[in-house]
Amino acid sequence: MNNTMIQVQDFSKAYGDFVAVDGISFDVKQGEIFGLLGPNGAGKTSTLESLEGLRAPSGGLLRVAGIDPAKEPRKLRNVIGVQLQSAGLPESITPDEAMKFFCAYHEVAPRFDLLDRLGLKEKRHAQFYELSTGQQRRLALTLAVAHNPQVLFLDEPTAGLDVATRVELHELMRELQANGTTIILATHDMAEAEEMSDRVAILLNHKLATIGTPMEITATGAGLTKVSVRTMNDSLNGSELTFPAVSQRLSKEEYDIFFSTNIGPTIAAIIAHCEANGDTLIDLRVERPSLEDRFLEITTNGGAQ
Amino acid sequence: MTAFITHFSFEFRTGIRNKTLLMMNYLLPLGFFLFMGFIMAGINPDFLKTLTPAMAVFAVLAATLLGIPDPLVNARESGIFRSYKINGIPTLSVLVIPALTTMVHLLIVALIITFSAGLLFDAPSPVNWLNYFLIFVVLAFASAGFSVLVGVISANSRITVLWSQALFLPSILLSGMMFPYSMLPDAAGKIAQLLPATHAMNAFNGLAMGAVADFSPWGSVIVLLLSGLLAFGLSVYLFSWDNRNTDRRGHPLLALLVLLPNVVGVALFSIF
Repeated sequence: MNNTMIQVQDFSKAYGDFVAVDGISFDVKQGEIFGLLGPNGAGKTSTLESLEGLRAPSGGLLRVAGIDPAKEPRKLRNVIGVQLQSAGLPESITPDEAMKFFCAYHEVAPRFDLLDRLGLKEKRHAQFYELSTGQQRRLALTLAVAHNPQVLFLDEPTAGLDVATRVELHELMRELQANGTTIILATHDMAEAEEMSDRVAILLNHKLATIGTPMEITATGAGLTKVSVRTMNDSLNGSELTFPAVSQRLSKEEYDIFFSTNIGPTIAAIIAHCEANGDTLIDLRVERPSLEDRFLEITTNGGAQ
Repeated sequence: MTAFITHFSFEFRTGIRNKTLLMMNYLLPLGFFLFMGFIMAGINPDFLKTLTPAMAVFAVLAATLLGIPDPLVNARESGIFRSYKINGIPTLSVLVIPALTTMVHLLIVALIITFSAGLLFDAPSPVNWLNYFLIFVVLAFASAGFSVLVGVISANSRITVLWSQALFLPSILLSGMMFPYSMLPDAAGKIAQLLPATHAMNAFNGLAMGAVADFSPWGSVIVLLLSGLLAFGLSVYLFSWDNRNTDRRGHPLLALLVLLPNVVGVALFSIF
């Protein structure tokens, strides 16, 4: 599990005068699920496409399983699997044909069992344009893993999927990870990135803003804990009320929400206030900052850590 | 080899399954053949003499110039070629296999036209079947090459239509399909010699149908063969996997080199 499967060192990519990626570095270990996050235009796609061998880097070093993607594309093709955002299949191809077609070029036996597993059993002979968006996405994923790649690139893998399929897909990702497959997950779904990734990197303004485990990244933020409270008589709803360690507050639907730097005194004061005013607590929730909160913090503050 | 067969088999089925390709490969050529046989032959009985080769040439033009370029442009625009590249599908397969499958569809249509023209309309059959078959294959090869090249250099579907029609319409009017090449003014004849269809009609007349060729029929076969080879070579050279790829190996105008054998032909055929 400690072998470096992907090496990115001082990588940059420019299109004419426009610098899309500016000297980023990170490593990904074998069997790791690595989330690559960032707002649109941050440089994710250029990084992914260069690792996939679709573009030559302008500077720096890239290695995927020891292979230089720009110089050894033939060797790379059996090592990586890529699920593109757009499935990249002809409209008239059927899932069965697509499986035979891609497996033939990878020189492996077709994996029809994967089609069945990802819920495409009934659609194996339907043409691609007849499939729903979710089915098209599942087919793209099935084709990406059919040749058992060492490194799998997933670009928004669960966008447009229903809950059951999303769970099935996450299970498949964990299964692949358990078998040693390294997964690069590019997504805008922060909950998914937080749940699935061992580590994440956030790109911002063409540079690497931060990298670490989701826990590490959320811990490096302002550290505000969200306390959401709902009471019977709404006694907390007054802008003049102050509670210890609360730096921000807002109201949403029937909840009063407090952002606290120290939840002990804050909660004790809220409960004491309710008792003193004859109010009754209906619901009280304490949530640590999520990756999404930290992502928004980073992207709105311009990457300052 | 398995990959080639699988790819070929899928592309061949697409030629029937896809409604537009079904139209271009079968319905349009066969419909036009019936129309010309029933209507045109009634108006101008001399037309029957060239009905068989003319309709075979029309079938080739419709299936290649109208059928091949647009799917290539759409595949590039929709990211299909990117997906192919990631999965190691070579450029040559991407460009040549659709052309080969189109040629197989064309062979089926040509056989239907060739054998039913005599039965339905009493049109003369080829006197030299081997040459007829050879010229047909060389024409299909050259025209498929031109069509692939149009698909490769066109930035979008709109430009594809312009290029395709720029080749298709003059081919119908000037190649000798609708009226004899000898009736064309000299300048129009020279322009017509830039088109593969003109060389095909000339070679069919001189080498397969027992008629008189307007200029060297074997010269026409050589021009078709060379322009086909050049067209496929230029297509592979100028091919781009996706629209966002700014690194091109050559300017699209290099594609005009495909006309070199035809231009040389114009000069040589006016001397000999």
